[in-house]
Amino acid sequence: MQVVVLAGGLSPERDVSLRSGRRVAEALRTAAPDWEIRERDIDAHLLDELTRMRPDCIVPVVHGAAGEDGTLPDVLECLDLAYVGSRPNPSRTAFDKTIAKSLMRRAGVSTPASVSLPHSTFRDLGAAGVLQALAARIGMPAVVKPARGGSALGASVVHEPQDLPAAMVGAFAYGEVALIEAFITGTEIAVGVIDSPVGPRALPAVEIVPDSGFYDYAARYTAGATEFYVPARISSETAAAVAQAAISAHTNLRLRDWSRIDFIVDHAGVPWFLEANVAPGMTETSLVPQALSADNFDIGRLMVELVKTAAQRIQE
Amino acid sequence: MSVPGNRLDPWINAYAQRARGMTASEIRALFAVASRPEVVSLAGGMPYVSALNLDALADTVADLLRTEGAQALQYGSGQGDVTLRDQIGQVMAPVGIQAHPDDIVVTTGSQMALDLVTRVFCDPGDVVFVEAPSYVGALGVFRSYECTVIHVPMDEQGLNPVALAEAISSARALGLQPKMIYTIPSFHNPAGITQGPDRRHEILEVAQRNNLLLLEDDPYGLLGFDDVGFGDAPPRAIRADDADGVVYLGSFSKTIASGLRVGWAVAPHGVREKLVLAAEAAVLCPSNYAQMTISSYLATQPWREQIKVFTETYRQRRDALLGALHQHMPTGTTWTTPAGGFYSWLTLPAGLDATAMLPRAITALVAYVPGTGFFVDGQGRQHMRLSYCYPEPDRIIEGVRRLAGVIDEELQLTRTFGTTHTLHQANGPSTPTPDLQ
Repeated sequence: MQVVVLAGGLSPERDVSLRSGRRVAEALRTAAPDWEIRERDIDAHLLDELTRMRPDCIVPVVHGAAGEDGTLPDVLECLDLAYVGSRPNPSRTAFDKTIAKSLMRRAGVSTPASVSLPHSTFRDLGAAGVLQALAARIGMPAVVKPARGGSALGASVVHEPQDLPAAMVGAFAYGEVALIEAFITGTEIAVGVIDSPVGPRALPAVEIVPDSGFYDYAARYTAGATEFYVPARISSETAAAVAQAAISAHTNLRLRDWSRIDFIVDHAGVPWFLEANVAPGMTETSLVPQALSADNFDIGRLMVELVKTAAQRIQE
Repeated sequence: MSVPGNRLDPWINAYAQRARGMTASEIRALFAVASRPEVVSLAGGMPYVSALNLDALADTVADLLRTEGAQALQYGSGQGDVTLRDQIGQVMAPVGIQAHPDDIVVTTGSQMALDLVTRVFCDPGDVVFVEAPSYVGALGVFRSYECTVIHVPMDEQGLNPVALAEAISSARALGLQPKMIYTIPSFHNPAGITQGPDRRHEILEVAQRNNLLLLEDDPYGLLGFDDVGFGDAPPRAIRADDADGVVYLGSFSKTIASGLRVGWAVAPHGVREKLVLAAEAAVLCPSNYAQMTISSYLATQPWREQIKVFTETYRQRRDALLGALHQHMPTGTTWTTPAGGFYSWLTLPAGLDATAMLPRAITALVAYVPGTGFFVDGQGRQHMRLSYCYPEPDRIIEGVRRLAGVIDEELQLTRTFGTTHTLHQANGPSTPTPDLQ
């Protein structure tokens, strides 16, 4: 079996992606020593190489737009190449937090009130008036983040309306559309979901407690800066509700193979959907590897299963 | 039942206090993209080593290993190879320094010399006065030894001696312990400014009057382009006028090859003895192989002519940068005109923040180093360092064109919201990786 792990790209999450890719590739080499595992960056020569090589399967671990907005699987399908992960349209849907939240709301999963607006709206209508309306509609505190993006890049928590303009500028540095979302007080939870022959299965929930109070870039990728609890310190009833909500997100967003769904669980035990990730981080401090470990699973075993499934899928 | 919380680092409670700020950085993550060929990087301070005659260098290295391999691959002296120290004396002659080989300590790049001098002189809390802005690698060293770093304003002639004297007085009045003044007098990194002869004398006089060590960092001194007020000779080093009060740092990184990591310090006797002992404690000895490679190169290759090749290459690239800045930059943007070295210091229109703008620039496939990296106290947001040493001139022009577009977009955004965004300093240092320093 020849497998290509794709990582890197040109997004601001390149560094994270490279680390995820390295870890996935190493895990595959350990779990399947007879397989040929190659690591490859995204560049202008990639498609020629893949066309010539015709690998049995591709494992994209590319974070940010290039890897998660559906364009990469689109191209891989054009080339009739087997790959692990969600198909193009579901990827597009999940990557856009605005659309994903809307679909989840429709599916009966709670998600914080939010408004998504491009810079042009503020420019054309006047920022002061729009921000005032937003503050009134969403309330304070609020979370401001790019509608499309990950690793909390460009995200901030705003406690006072006067801090909204700077937060908007920060979000627009990473994308054309900013999402302003009500801040839900509660426990930050991430749930990995993996497909199995009997349907999607939720991994143990990971509870995230950053020292800084906000799970930003530094809290995510500095070992020691965040405390994790696996399984999360929530009641069994709440854990079941969170798992059900995660599977609902995975199913309703038509995600495939694996995903990570992020929630805030409020004090009443209600899971509030924040976002879905079609290429979850797999670095040393990432969440899905911790959940796998708590489930007596490991990255290598998971990847071997996903690769076999994907390779079989294209033959069918 | 929940297992205990996991921090994914069993040593989290064992780190020294000084390691607390060593966190993952959003800015540093963005620089990961800058190494890709699609990105025009005006960030990197990488010398254009491709201009070297690599075939001749390969022959030099092969000869070295054939004839003196056993010595080159062996441990060496903590002070450095005596033949090379003698040659370093010749290399420094154009900047007016006359030094005996015994006065010189060879180091693993001048960065190590910076580290050794700070290690020998500074206790935690001791004050180091630096330019505003200053070299990011030096700031990193001073911080690692827990020095109090005080930035002193520069003007068009470089470090301002009046402001320097005032800063020293103020520090003493606060009960602080001033220890040394760190300056890059020629073709400053990042400001691109060169101190004139009078200014150098004034700064030296302030150091002498206050009995403070002057640490003169001169990696670019031989890389001047124009008549900078010194005639045809490179700027005269401050050390040339005071052998007892100045420690001079030199480097082959810009004149030969940064990958060999060979630099040096010229220091008064007492200081030198301590530097050698400190060097032996840190690395035993600098690489014999790298030193002898440099020594063979200096002995057999036309190194003065090679410096002229480097200088002409950098002058053309400087001109490409300045021309493109004039053509593309929006009103309100200003920049320095370097007479040598690698860098120009750009000031953005009022209200813009180079750190906050970096994600947009990376998306537009152009990179620079935000000004905040050259300060320890959060200054520099309105500034960026542009480096012209590595990209070809047409790439520099394209990079500036992209950067101008980014600044235009940022101006629109700032006009819309009436403010800018501040990336949290808690997100880690905004210092780039070594290839960008």
